[in-house]
Amino acid sequence: MVKIDAIMGWKKLNLGAAITEPGSASLFKTGSWRTQRPILDKEACIRCGRCWIYCPEAAYSPNGDGYFICNLDYCKGCGICAEECPVGAITMVLEEI
Amino acid sequence: MLPAEAKEFTGFKARELPEGEYLVPGHRACQGCGAALAIRMVTKALGNRIIIANATGCIEIISSAFPQTAWAVPWIHVAFENAAAVASGIEAALKVLMRKGKIKKEKITVLAVAGDGGTADIGLQALSGALERGHDFIYICLDNEAYMNTGIQRSSSTPYGARTTTSPPGKKGIGQVTWKKNVAMIAAAHSIPYVATVCPTYYLDLMNKVKKASLITGPAYIHCLSPCPTGWRYGTNLTIKIGRLAVETGVFPLYEIVDGRVKITHPIRRLKPVKDYLQLQGRFRHLGDEHIHEIQERVNKEVAKLIALEKFGSFYKTALSYF
Repeated sequence: MVKIDAIMGWKKLNLGAAITEPGSASLFKTGSWRTQRPILDKEACIRCGRCWIYCPEAAYSPNGDGYFICNLDYCKGCGICAEECPVGAITMVLEEI
Repeated sequence: MLPAEAKEFTGFKARELPEGEYLVPGHRACQGCGAALAIRMVTKALGNRIIIANATGCIEIISSAFPQTAWAVPWIHVAFENAAAVASGIEAALKVLMRKGKIKKEKITVLAVAGDGGTADIGLQALSGALERGHDFIYICLDNEAYMNTGIQRSSSTPYGARTTTSPPGKKGIGQVTWKKNVAMIAAAHSIPYVATVCPTYYLDLMNKVKKASLITGPAYIHCLSPCPTGWRYGTNLTIKIGRLAVETGVFPLYEIVDGRVKITHPIRRLKPVKDYLQLQGRFRHLGDEHIHEIQERVNKEVAKLIALEKFGSFYKTALSYF
């Protein structure tokens, strides 16, 4: 992987400045943009997966037991999951520093 | 005609959605981006045997901050105007390479992705050319109704009355003075096999239409309304709600046109008032009741036209009946 902080000379670039490593944007953690974090109430959750399908960041992923867990490394805190949860199991709380 | 494959396809099920992510987390979209959400669902529906030609626009900017890429599928960035031309080139090259036996014969879907600026304004000529030549590809327009990534300039897809930085409301004007260009119907006028409008709020509808478009041989055009919190001026958590209201008020009806036959896929019998949709957005905040009434009348007319098209059965027949 190419280091992001270094300024690259043209000799280090691939032909056509092609990027050969798929999905390398995952190295960039967008979680630092967040001002609110989603908190899931597992007792209220009906495991419908709407938070997962409606997440623009793909931050939610199914875990083994059928729940969908938010990866806070990438969650930008938009609040779509809390708004769209049919049973109100997700609440947004202010991020504390 | 629909191939047998497309007829057998019964649709995705909410419980068994594909799990692959081909627009990986870590892309630089704004919070609550509707376009990123739409393209995530599109790639989910199509799987990884695709090649994407992406015109300049929000999706290109957010997914390819050099030296990283958010794509897990082959992807090429092209200029603003030629996403359709490059996609047709890719499709022709694949066909030749497969015929000569240089690559394995398989179904590879070619996808052209562009914003509303790259479709309705700058890329319209290339789109029209590719549709007319009949290449087997899917063109997806992610319509956020202005040039959002350069700072909310108006495009020909911006709706009447909307505030943008180049159509500011004030004493002399009410914001955008022209009505939204109906690119889906322009595409349908090319007599292509498949045209559809989608919205990420209705995710099963979106994924089914995209999958159907890939099964059909020949060009397919998909127009996607992708709400934009930054440019439309609403809270980031309302993206899905705004999309739902756009469909339920009739501002953006969901339909598909298969071989010239219009089918409305989300029933629009009882429409909500357009005001419900407009009042949530800061870009329409300056509109008075008379302007909202004007927009309501226009929406009623457009919806009535669409229902007539569906009832009449054929877009082309209706068009011919005017002469």
